[in-house]
Amino acid sequence: MKSIIETTEDIEGAGDPSTDGGQLSYRQLIWRRFRKNRMGVISGALLILFYGLAIGADFFAPYHYNEINMRLRHVPPQRLYFSLSYGFYVHGLKSVRNPESLELEFTKDIARSYPVKFFFKDADGKRHFFSSAGPMFLLGTDRMGRDLLSRIMYGARVSMTIGLVGVFLSIVLGSILGTISGYWGGWVDNLIQRIIEILSAFPDIPLWMALGAALPPGWSSIQIYFGITVILSIIRWGGLARQVRGKVLAYRESDFVMAARAAGAGHWHIITKHLLPGCYSHIIVIATLAIPGMILGETALSFLGLGIRPPMTSWGVLLEEAQRVTVLLHYPWLIFPAVPVLVVVIAFNFLGDALRDAADPYSD
Amino acid sequence: MNEPLWKRYLIWISGFVRGNFGESFEYKREVDELIWDRIAFTLLISIGSLIFTYIVAIPLGIYSATHQYKWSDHFLTFLSFVGMSIPAFLLALSLMVFAFDIFGVPLFGLFSAYYEGAPWTWGKLNDLFKHLWIPVIVVGINGTASLMRIMRGNLLDVLGQPFVQTARAKGLKEIVVVAKHAVRIAINPLISILGMSLPGILSGSAIVSIVLGLPTVGPILLNSLLNEDIYLAGTLIMMLSLLLVIGNLLADIALAWVDPRIRYE
Repeated sequence: MKSIIETTEDIEGAGDPSTDGGQLSYRQLIWRRFRKNRMGVISGALLILFYGLAIGADFFAPYHYNEINMRLRHVPPQRLYFSLSYGFYVHGLKSVRNPESLELEFTKDIARSYPVKFFFKDADGKRHFFSSAGPMFLLGTDRMGRDLLSRIMYGARVSMTIGLVGVFLSIVLGSILGTISGYWGGWVDNLIQRIIEILSAFPDIPLWMALGAALPPGWSSIQIYFGITVILSIIRWGGLARQVRGKVLAYRESDFVMAARAAGAGHWHIITKHLLPGCYSHIIVIATLAIPGMILGETALSFLGLGIRPPMTSWGVLLEEAQRVTVLLHYPWLIFPAVPVLVVVIAFNFLGDALRDAADPYSD
Repeated sequence: MNEPLWKRYLIWISGFVRGNFGESFEYKREVDELIWDRIAFTLLISIGSLIFTYIVAIPLGIYSATHQYKWSDHFLTFLSFVGMSIPAFLLALSLMVFAFDIFGVPLFGLFSAYYEGAPWTWGKLNDLFKHLWIPVIVVGINGTASLMRIMRGNLLDVLGQPFVQTARAKGLKEIVVVAKHAVRIAINPLISILGMSLPGILSGSAIVSIVLGLPTVGPILLNSLLNEDIYLAGTLIMMLSLLLVIGNLLADIALAWVDPRIRYE
């Protein structure tokens, strides 16, 4: 496939002053081609930003994700105001009991306003990037009065790392088994290929659901997190192993491997020095394109209540609250965690596509 | 029930191949009675989505390839990336909210309340098709988007080949060149992809059904998993896998039927 968004820049030729006579390594070539893909670069930057926010969630989020406020349940998103003399501020909240549903409903209280301060110091003496002394819920609160924005930022830690860890596991598994399969061939190859075929005969979400439900209820959040990661990667390593096997098969008969063998190199040396380096770019591309599937898998599992369990939070856990239409009609802001899911998944897709085009030596 | 796990499993699996799927603890009925109409609806939705996917994706892919780098191509490309990225359950959820907000009708289930549980009549069938299109489209969106990308890529590859140039040089109309010479070749790999797109569609139909409350395998599977109703859950997963394997077989046969090179190998 050709690159999707072709940039309008000219193809850089020998005129580039930073090069010394076209002597570029393969890696440099990939980097150059990647840089020309505007969507890829934007996506990469966006992902770095998101990961930064997730890692620094303690600082960037205005509240702690489990700060419960039973008096402020289902507060709609508040507007942020700005005035030159006052800086950023939010209005206070006024609660009215709905005569029909008997639920508390919140409206803004113009009479009161609270400044939003940067590098705010909360009651425990912890610094936040921005927060306020009064109630400030820019994306509203959930059924326990927890700030949705903070929960999204903390949830990113789980949702965005589960893809990385899961892909890492499937890379390890896939490359090892793929290399073994391609290098030795014979019955080993046959066995591994049949296992992959059996795994791919299951529709993945139902199987994930079954495995997720099988995780012991007594496990701690961290154990569940790793359990889910293993579940996600256990089904997805097959595709990677296939690709690596194909590459290894192609390289195994090539002249440079023959030469290495004739020179008396051992299997380990041939695999690590001659075969795997040829697969690196391939592996990275497949891995990048596999991450969104894992993020979506985790989101779907948690959405169904079979994945990450509270008090740990992830985007899927947040969306679980929005599962019923009646809830969504009353509190539409609960669907908001879907936005980061979409942005991150689209960004990973664009990034993977850009990397694939960059790694393809025939793409120019 | 007091036997060790492996023994119970052996008893169940040996019964399974003979058509005895065990009993559901939750429903206090034979699994056999519970699943068949659900599997039929799953098949209906899956096949419907498959047809939708191919009918929409191929023309869009062709259009996108023949208008490469025009704004319409960029627009379709962006759309397909969004389509590939949006999880089916979110799409179902938002569609449901919109439908409720705008039309005031709950988009729940496959039948109107009037026909629910009623015997099969033409009216019920008609009612079914009125409800069916939403899950079919929602399940099909992901596959449509990626298939469109593949069709576009294939066609672009083919359009760069010398024989296409020859056809143009002969003075054939562009539409003949594309439709008769290029598309025929470019469409071939899509048939082998048919088998690969099945898992996604079955998975999608399961999760969309849970959100939309459709009487397919999905909701009952979730329920059985949450209640640890293992025989029911095991049977459902086996059935889904069986559907997948049969689907793959059919796709392979279709490929051999279309492409003589594979037949004679």
